[in-house]
Amino acid sequence: MAKYAPRLNSLEDLQAIKDAFLAETEKYRHTVIVCGGTGCVSAHCADVLSALKKQYSVRGLRDEVRIVESGCIGLCALGPTVVVEPEGVFYCNMTPERIVQVVDKHLIGGNIILDYTFLDEKTGEHIPYMKDIPFFHDQIKIALRNCGAIDYDSIEEYISRDGYFGFAKAVNELGRTGVYEELKASGLRGRGGAGFPTGVKWESGYNQPGEQKYIVCNADEGDPGAYMDRSILEGDPHSVIEGMLLGGYTIGANKGYVYVRAEYPIAVERLSEAIETARAFGLLGENILGSGFSFDIEIRIGAGAFVCGEETALLNSIEGKRGEPRQKPPFPFQKGLFGCPTIINNVETLANVPVIIVRGAEWFASYGVGRSKGTKVFALAGDIKYSGIVEVPMGIRMGDIVFTIGGGIKDGKPFKAVQTGGPSGGCLTKDHLDVSVDYESLSAMGAIMGSGGMIVMDENTCMVDTARYFMDFVQDESCGHCVPCRVGTKRLLEILQRIVSGRGEVSDLDRLEKMALTIKDTAMCGLGQTAPNPLLTTLKYFRDEYEAHVIHKTCPAHVCKDMITYVIDPEKCRGCTLCARQCPVSAITGSVKEPHVIDSEKCTRCGTCISNCKFGAIMIK
Amino acid sequence: MSECSTSCPAAEDPTLQRVRRIAESYRGKEGSLIQALHAVQSAYGYLPLEVQKIVSETLDIPLPTVSGVVTFYSFFSTEPHGKHNIRICLGTACYVRGGVRVVDRLEEILGCKVGHTTADGMFTFEIARCIGACGLAPAISIDDKVYANVNPDEIPQILASYYKAEEANA
Amino acid sequence: MIELTINGRKIQAPDDSTIMQAAELGGIKIPSLCKYKDIHAIGSCRVCVVEVEGARNLQASCVVKARNGMVVHTNSPRVREARRVIYDLLISDHPKECMSCARNRTCELQELGFTLDILETRLTGQQREKNIDRTPAITRDSTKCILCRRCVTTCRDIQKVGAISAQNRGFNSFIGSALGLPLGSTNCSMCGQCTKVCPTGALIATSSMETVWQALENPNVHVVVQTAPAVRAALGEPFGIPMGTSVTGKMVSALRLMGFDKVFDTDFAADLTIMEEGTELLERLTAAVSGEKVTLPMITSCSPGWIKHCEHAWPKELDHLSTCKSPHTMQGALIKSYYAEREGIDPKDIFVVSVMPCTAKKYEIERPEMQNGGYPNVDAVITTRELVRMIKVAGIDFAALEDDDFDAPLGLSTGAGVIFGVTGGVMEAALRTVYFLVTGRKLPFDGLHVTPIVGFDKIKTASIKLENVLPEYSAFEGVEVKIAVTSGLEGADILMKEVSEGTSPYHFIEIMGCPGGCIAGGGQPRTEREDYRILRAKALYTEDEAKALRMSHENPDIQKVYAEYLGRPCGEMSHHLLHTTYTPRGNFNEYLPAD
Repeated sequence: MAKYAPRLNSLEDLQAIKDAFLAETEKYRHTVIVCGGTGCVSAHCADVLSALKKQYSVRGLRDEVRIVESGCIGLCALGPTVVVEPEGVFYCNMTPERIVQVVDKHLIGGNIILDYTFLDEKTGEHIPYMKDIPFFHDQIKIALRNCGAIDYDSIEEYISRDGYFGFAKAVNELGRTGVYEELKASGLRGRGGAGFPTGVKWESGYNQPGEQKYIVCNADEGDPGAYMDRSILEGDPHSVIEGMLLGGYTIGANKGYVYVRAEYPIAVERLSEAIETARAFGLLGENILGSGFSFDIEIRIGAGAFVCGEETALLNSIEGKRGEPRQKPPFPFQKGLFGCPTIINNVETLANVPVIIVRGAEWFASYGVGRSKGTKVFALAGDIKYSGIVEVPMGIRMGDIVFTIGGGIKDGKPFKAVQTGGPSGGCLTKDHLDVSVDYESLSAMGAIMGSGGMIVMDENTCMVDTARYFMDFVQDESCGHCVPCRVGTKRLLEILQRIVSGRGEVSDLDRLEKMALTIKDTAMCGLGQTAPNPLLTTLKYFRDEYEAHVIHKTCPAHVCKDMITYVIDPEKCRGCTLCARQCPVSAITGSVKEPHVIDSEKCTRCGTCISNCKFGAIMIK
Repeated sequence: MSECSTSCPAAEDPTLQRVRRIAESYRGKEGSLIQALHAVQSAYGYLPLEVQKIVSETLDIPLPTVSGVVTFYSFFSTEPHGKHNIRICLGTACYVRGGVRVVDRLEEILGCKVGHTTADGMFTFEIARCIGACGLAPAISIDDKVYANVNPDEIPQILASYYKAEEANA
Repeated sequence: MIELTINGRKIQAPDDSTIMQAAELGGIKIPSLCKYKDIHAIGSCRVCVVEVEGARNLQASCVVKARNGMVVHTNSPRVREARRVIYDLLISDHPKECMSCARNRTCELQELGFTLDILETRLTGQQREKNIDRTPAITRDSTKCILCRRCVTTCRDIQKVGAISAQNRGFNSFIGSALGLPLGSTNCSMCGQCTKVCPTGALIATSSMETVWQALENPNVHVVVQTAPAVRAALGEPFGIPMGTSVTGKMVSALRLMGFDKVFDTDFAADLTIMEEGTELLERLTAAVSGEKVTLPMITSCSPGWIKHCEHAWPKELDHLSTCKSPHTMQGALIKSYYAEREGIDPKDIFVVSVMPCTAKKYEIERPEMQNGGYPNVDAVITTRELVRMIKVAGIDFAALEDDDFDAPLGLSTGAGVIFGVTGGVMEAALRTVYFLVTGRKLPFDGLHVTPIVGFDKIKTASIKLENVLPEYSAFEGVEVKIAVTSGLEGADILMKEVSEGTSPYHFIEIMGCPGGCIAGGGQPRTEREDYRILRAKALYTEDEAKALRMSHENPDIQKVYAEYLGRPCGEMSHHLLHTTYTPRGNFNEYLPAD
């Protein structure tokens, strides 16, 4: 669509854009959405897109088919993915060759290519329509309403789906107090992990006196294995801009900052462009939609420090300082950025706001359970079949996310644990598959909702090693300001390292627990206070594994290298010599057609032999 | 008594002059140290002491404060990087899916440890905390290119393509 | 006022109090470590955590504000357990060298262990690598650092130098200069204020005690000691003598008992400085009133920390500095010339020790300028704190000592020399003499104290009108001399900014590097008392007022030195022995080329 930039001065101007866009798109027979989420980018969706563009020019479809490069559609495991609308046919694992066929057979011929659609492994049948695929079927898309559905680069398409109508409604109908009242009624809580009611937060921002106030979007999504916020920023940047606009209007801030981690260059690029476009349309800047309210947004790029996801550390980082947290109180809403009242919201929270304003609190609150309303976006990853981005209603069964939406464990192995909340969260077991996914239920189990990372682990995962992994992460990311976190996480890590290397003692378990509880109780910021969670939950739910490590010096999952040996079963070995040739440290010896032997002293347990042995002759003991 | 610990400022080299110009564009902007360091690092490649000194003088921020910020954030480097930047993802998904084996193998092949640059200056080799390709774990990125579902055995092949490209350029 | 309940007791406290402050009002002491007086509370050590009912986590009482109705427990099992674990963590990354540490028995970390009744530490693990950074003035041992950052606050926020800051992150954090450069390669002024606030042995004044003992033991060396004015105002404190008592006589006795061959007073050299610096000022003013081009304001040069800071921060303004050496180096120069000749001792056999409230003077004596005829003016500087240690090592019962007098000829001083140790003192001493020289009358101030420049305000100013001057100074008739006084390097920078911009209205500025002047110098005994500056200043002013002679030029031994040896103030001999030059320096302590 041609990029022209009319300055919008009223609700009517907004409506005119929406009408024009809908009229324009009506004339197309098909819309082909090519997922441009990072997962699909890694799977080379750009090649698919250029093949598609080439083919549709060649076949003269310019006036009949609209091509959209969207944000993340969600099913990253099967990327690159493509959706053909209006039918809603979902093609996966696309290649340039395959897309050419889709153009010819589907777009022109009108026949769905079943072989390229989703294969349900349980039934062995293909499921062509997106709505029928279990992965999508149980999802409710509110925060992700536009992600994977629209052209992230088109403000008109965003407007056509009632974008910026939330802001128009706020200034024309609700007023500043009306916005936070609506949010309070909706029950929306912070999606960054802590779950503080957003309406209450904005109300405190509104009530706080101050000439200069700020609204800050926390896009420093640092949990390893979590990329919900990035998907939103890349797929629907305007929803975040509008959320900030509403926040700024409500609390009385005319300046907003988005703090994005440096690891997200594409998100920064798309958001910057969206901000530019919004400015050109007069949706950022002076006197927005004739409301008299002025607002603008600046992007600040982080520099690689997990702790900056903590809101006060983030403020220091925006100010160009070391990302060390500040003592609370005073809270940021009292004294935040550059000493001024500041409201900080996470990306997903902000993306929820405009649609709540448009559709009303009641609609939003109709999803969810108890004090957890609406939906939550999760990044499903790990040993799960369909990893990707999902949005589910609060209160869904944990087991439904893992087994129905996620398709269960890869390679049919038994499920062992699911970890939520990243380094601040906890591990839950198969006994918890019935737990309701909401703030309260997860906390009660010792886990947390967190920002949305959800890592599924199969039986080959060692929970002690997992605890060590998270401890290694937090101790590496500790800012060093306070003693419990700076020294405490280091000492916990050292003990865990001792345990996984077979040098642990039974008394270490008590020591770990005692120290972990003190760190939780005394650390200065959220990072330190939650750092022991993965350790404490695994100690609670997988104590037998810890005991196996410290008492019997064995690793039941066969992960901890110092406690396992690789052996070749002489019955199965055919003496093909492949393993001996591949072994990087020459630990395997044997003659041709004779059973081979592994020298345990030399063996580094790298696993090369196992992955190469065609006869399954190599075992871990 | 006091030795000249760094080269005395004689005629400043042109890249450093450029650094100074970049830093100057941030002068007087509130809280812009990190953004200035980003810009300077992308121009100079890394942030050695003499570059930090220029930033410190230009923005009127004490040098130890500048260095405190540089050493706090993992994105800033005080050492030069290789021609290509390998980042092995050890986010949870990649960790669970065997990312460590990729690290071990790379260390072996490149003959250098994580966080360092190979002797021939071709690769700098770092750990990343999730590059967001969790659906494709384990993943690595080399410069801007992401390699998904990496099998350690494929690594020599991947690296070879960079050497080949290098030869072709030469 | 608010009311809260701490350990079951109702306590009233002012609105803005922290929990710790409120507890103190109720007579409850909460242990703490990283907090320092009112200038530094960052809640980093977490030792002061307390249980607040309704709060999920323990709260750091040094930073969390008390609220009306709060219910606090400072000594519950949960709190005690947390503090012990934290202490164990701290100690697990701390060298167990207490017995051989300079801060043994004065270490706050050690003291905390006693307070918390720690009988066992169990945690072990990786410790930071030993890395000792020694400059002539300050020695840093980062393994002993507990990262409380008091030094950072002092250097960056109080002195506004910012030579050190937190580097790296997490367990690898350390306090240091950029990229861990040695302090000697930075813009550190060597003021040593950091060594006064450090709770452990991580930052100490570099010890010179052993060299002094060795000199004392060598029968072939004539060991001469001199003591700065501020030393006597604080030396009694560690021996239980009330703060604010001047212990000049006991100090002289102690030094004699320790075996020094001569005990001289740097106050004598202070008087000498007034003669030189006063003359230099009059010369510059004379030139100015006669329309000659001359650099004004003139700025005092007694404080080597200030001098080094000026060389770094204001390398283009060094002409403003008086060319006078600091008093103790003047004294050293005289000892190895005038005194040596008089007594017939070869200067190579003389070892001059200065007892100073200052760490920067340790660095100063190693400057290449501070020597004459190939002999360093001063051979060793020990701080007041080191003298305390040496008196204890020597087994001297300091408090019980009789008073004794300084030796002649470099031991006699006027009241003007005594007040050199406090901010405003050098200026006042100079004015007493200059005013008298120009007008023939005493300064028109009660008790000769120039009231506007007495006290501890950051910037103090005054102007003095010269009227009815003596005929030889007729050019000064009606001239209003404008002066400013500051102490601490923040104030110095404020005044120097005006100087560098050419807007400074002053003729003469006194700058001392440490806030409050030498009485609060980096080498003085540590104290957490809020009023210590006032009390130590009082000790000096009391001694000044008790003196028969109050103006430097009245000092008969000064007159004698000029008559017998130096000739006249700012004459050729003076310039050779008593004056110096300065060096522009960059942020890495490198010499900057002259423009």
